[in-house]
Amino acid sequence: MGILDFLKRKPEATAGVAKERLRIIVAQERSTRGGPDYLPLLRNELLEVIRKYVNVDVDAVNVTLDRDSGHEVLELSVALPDGKPATSA
Amino acid sequence: MTEIIVVTSGKGGVGKTTTSASLATGLALEGKKVAVIDFDVGLRNLDLIMGCERRVVYDFVNVVHGEATLKQALIKDKRHETLFVLAASQTRDKDALTQEGVEKVLDELTKENFDYVVCDSPAGIEKGAHLAMYFADHAVVVVNPEVSSVRDSDRILGLLASKTRRAEKGETPIKQHLLLTRYNPNRVEAGEMLSVKDVEDILGINVVGVIPESENVLAASNAGVPVILNDDSNAGLAYKDTVARILGRELPLRFVEPVKKGFLKRVFGG
Repeated sequence: MGILDFLKRKPEATAGVAKERLRIIVAQERSTRGGPDYLPLLRNELLEVIRKYVNVDVDAVNVTLDRDSGHEVLELSVALPDGKPATSA
Repeated sequence: MTEIIVVTSGKGGVGKTTTSASLATGLALEGKKVAVIDFDVGLRNLDLIMGCERRVVYDFVNVVHGEATLKQALIKDKRHETLFVLAASQTRDKDALTQEGVEKVLDELTKENFDYVVCDSPAGIEKGAHLAMYFADHAVVVVNPEVSSVRDSDRILGLLASKTRRAEKGETPIKQHLLLTRYNPNRVEAGEMLSVKDVEDILGINVVGVIPESENVLAASNAGVPVILNDDSNAGLAYKDTVARILGRELPLRFVEPVKKGFLKRVFGG
């Protein structure tokens, strides 16, 4: 650390934050990889429809595609908020 | 046997063309017969980095469309007898390249007994990038220690494992090599930059080389002389090590430890 370094603003140690953010997003993207291209769009449209009736979070709708000996299963799960009645549209 | 190496990354500006030029030159220095092809149709640049921009008469698209023979279009390197450049065309037509056309050119290079064909991929994951990787035996994924580059690399690693000829035919997978460029060990030590280990951990693959951030890289592209030819440059030496590792030799990583500042720099900063 030089005398003149006091005049310069020191960059923060942010590599740890970068690593943690990347670890999470890479894991998430890997889990959806290989599915059909329409899955994210399907998920978003479903979310829009559900939100017309129930106020759910963005990550409340989970769409997964499982391949089982010869046939594929599209699994859809929606986490509804606790104890809130559905609002009428 | 001709081995096809794609240099790819997803993100632009991470050093794909610099790497393609240096790898191809390095393989030629090892006595191999090498062709390096620019797949960035519409944005030709490899010719500039290789220093042969004024000698481009015919290009890759001309060969694919039968307007020139491969022999006419291959530009022989001024410095190395066994190194040839195939430039990208400047046409804006994205569909100028086809899978059949690319295959035809690669087959012809195989018949001409080339040892290596280095394919310089365009950025992105669209057609050009897809064609550059499709026929590859090896992939060099260029990554910077920076969040968007690392994320894009993971995407590319996924595509290499699924959308290539080897993957589609169920053959032995493409050999993937991760090349970390623009690395600054001092900033890593200060906790400002992802380390080699961080990047390896996130992507789950070991690096084949680490190229330190270096002013020599800009100087090399200014002059049109691939940086691997600069033996006074750490970046050049790191590229030489990388070529050796791709050829199967085991070498420890160099230039990954922080450089201690001298007394004057410690007092006055810099």
